Amino acid sequence: MSSENKQILTTDGIPLEVSLKKAEKKNKIKAFLLVAPLLLFIIITYVFPIGDMLMRSVDDKMVTEMLPKTYKSMETWDGQELPPEEVFEAFYFDFQKLIEEEREGKLSTQLNYTKNGFKSIIKKLRRKSKSFEEGNYKEQIMAVHKRWADVEYWRAIKRRAPAYTYQKYLKGMDMYENEKGKIVNVAEDRRVHRILWLRTLEIAFFVTVFCFLMAYPIAHLLATLPMKYSNLLMICVLLPFWTSLLVRTASWMILLQQQGIVNDFFVMIGLVSDDNRIEMMFNKTGSYVAMTQILLPFMVLPLYSVMKTISPSLMRAGKSLGGTPFIAFWKVYFPLTIPGIGAGCLLVFILAIGYYITPALVGGASGTLISNQIAFHMKSTLDWSFASAMGLMLLSGVLVIYWLYNKLVGIDNIKLG
Amino acid sequence: MALPKYTETHYRIWHYIYLTICAAVFFFLIAPLFVIFPLSFNAEEFLVFSDGMKRLDPDAFSLRWYQDMIYGTKNPWGLAAKNSFIIAIFATIGSVLLGTVAALGLSSRHMPYKGLIMAVLISPMIVPLIISGVAIFFFMAKAGLAATHTGIVLAHIVLGTPFVVITVTATLSGFDHSVTRAAASLGSNPVNTFMKITLPLILPGVISGGLFAFVTSFDEVVVVLFLAGLENTTIPIQMWTGLREQLSPTILAVATCLIVLSTLILVTAELLRRRSERLRGINQ
Repeated sequence: MSSENKQILTTDGIPLEVSLKKAEKKNKIKAFLLVAPLLLFIIITYVFPIGDMLMRSVDDKMVTEMLPKTYKSMETWDGQELPPEEVFEAFYFDFQKLIEEEREGKLSTQLNYTKNGFKSIIKKLRRKSKSFEEGNYKEQIMAVHKRWADVEYWRAIKRRAPAYTYQKYLKGMDMYENEKGKIVNVAEDRRVHRILWLRTLEIAFFVTVFCFLMAYPIAHLLATLPMKYSNLLMICVLLPFWTSLLVRTASWMILLQQQGIVNDFFVMIGLVSDDNRIEMMFNKTGSYVAMTQILLPFMVLPLYSVMKTISPSLMRAGKSLGGTPFIAFWKVYFPLTIPGIGAGCLLVFILAIGYYITPALVGGASGTLISNQIAFHMKSTLDWSFASAMGLMLLSGVLVIYWLYNKLVGIDNIKLG
Repeated sequence: MALPKYTETHYRIWHYIYLTICAAVFFFLIAPLFVIFPLSFNAEEFLVFSDGMKRLDPDAFSLRWYQDMIYGTKNPWGLAAKNSFIIAIFATIGSVLLGTVAALGLSSRHMPYKGLIMAVLISPMIVPLIISGVAIFFFMAKAGLAATHTGIVLAHIVLGTPFVVITVTATLSGFDHSVTRAAASLGSNPVNTFMKITLPLILPGVISGGLFAFVTSFDEVVVVLFLAGLENTTIPIQMWTGLREQLSPTILAVATCLIVLSTLILVTAELLRRRSERLRGINQ
């Protein structure tokens, strides 16, 4: 007999296999349709905008579009000596058009990012160019300011020709592309961003370590105490967890100030003299203390949920087999808590690395993180493409940890409250 | 945690050291919150305990900062509170609707690409807020929604849905799907089954997800800093400005109110969690 004869048919006469597949497909579509609204919403309002950030961070069309003729005439210029008359002429006409549209200010800001000193000479050119005569633009422009006769500045303009650039990313790592197209470090005293990246990593790392050291004993206590006591103590963990971040930061500002309670206490026990109170706020100490307390619940909760599942009889078995309590703990209990440790540490590290509010309020100049720099460029310097570039550099780091977290813990295992 | 009688002395000592460490950590966690409470009743303008307060002199305490919070002419707390509540309520409704429906789909075993989609949906919770803030700001500026309530509500829905998705999928993981099949076999249509059978069973999870979404929105400051205009100021924005410029006791009065609010939310969330565990048959 062939296998087809054995095929089971449904009452409609359709093979069961086909019918099942159809039903399966229908269920798949049903499930997907339920998720679709949120997925679409998140993609439109969140995933695309992050893509937009990426575009902004590499987008350099602005200058390219402002000086179309100049860049066309520059194509044949080798960049060794001053460009020929036709480049100056093209630049003059591009510039006149910008003045008409009142966009020359933007050009000067943009070019100034590439090379300092453009701002003043563009202003001067704007004034003088009104009285320019036709022809021989090279000499006329060069006469406006000696920098216009400096080939370095023309090279700087040429460097802005491509529509896309990775300059902002280099800047985020304190590097730049020099005149010869080589990537070099900026002068040592101007390497601000590298310090910030390192400090962000350092603070996030130590906050994670402190959180772990503090969370482990209390998570253990919470998991081993009888329910009626542990529920009460759990409130000590959950109340800060549910309280506004700003409220908690405010309380640290009160505690850590020079006339604050912590300093009062130090004076009382004679650790420091009254006129020699410790500065604990507006520096790294402030960031460390406040961030550790604020992120502590995020370490306690995953540890607690893992420890809760460990049977106390395991420790007893370890001890009865001749281990001291310490050996039993180290060889039996501790290895079982590693999943919780991984989850808690990754979560705290991810949250700490992107912290903004608390460092901005209690961190001062020496305790601020990379997020503060991003906010600074968004709000103060308005260099949005640089802010985007740094944001994406931070994001790529976070995504690596997120991926790791997903591998080790699984995102659907995140426990809340 | 009484130790058995036969415990050796040095383990006994270790045990007490361990308990002391735990007590210190609990103190570190909870004590800062209690500093705010007495200081908000300070009669003076300074943020330190005055001598009168240390002597518990009734004259050293007053309600003037609470009066200032409510009636103060220059104080924008009224507007901020109104905005905060409006934004948080609409953001919660949006997050709960979108998140619950998505969680239903995600917990179906037929869902394709479950891991990937889940990762995308949860990402607003993981990505640093400053990056979310910048990205959402670019979007809202393009859509013409910057400095509007709508824009902020949409942004907070993005930030709030991961919590709803997580809590509701967790509740659904212990859900017995045969009850919905039973309802269907008795002739109920899917909508009716959801409203009468599924929803009442997963309601604790939905509400606690909603509480998370509410708190996220109510407490959120980074994204709002980018999006808000003067008209959309919220309580966190006002606190942020206040803390940056000058720490005034009025802020402590507001902070005390917020602590009371978070205590209420905590109690509700805890009761719901226990109810949910009971319903799912997890008895401890």
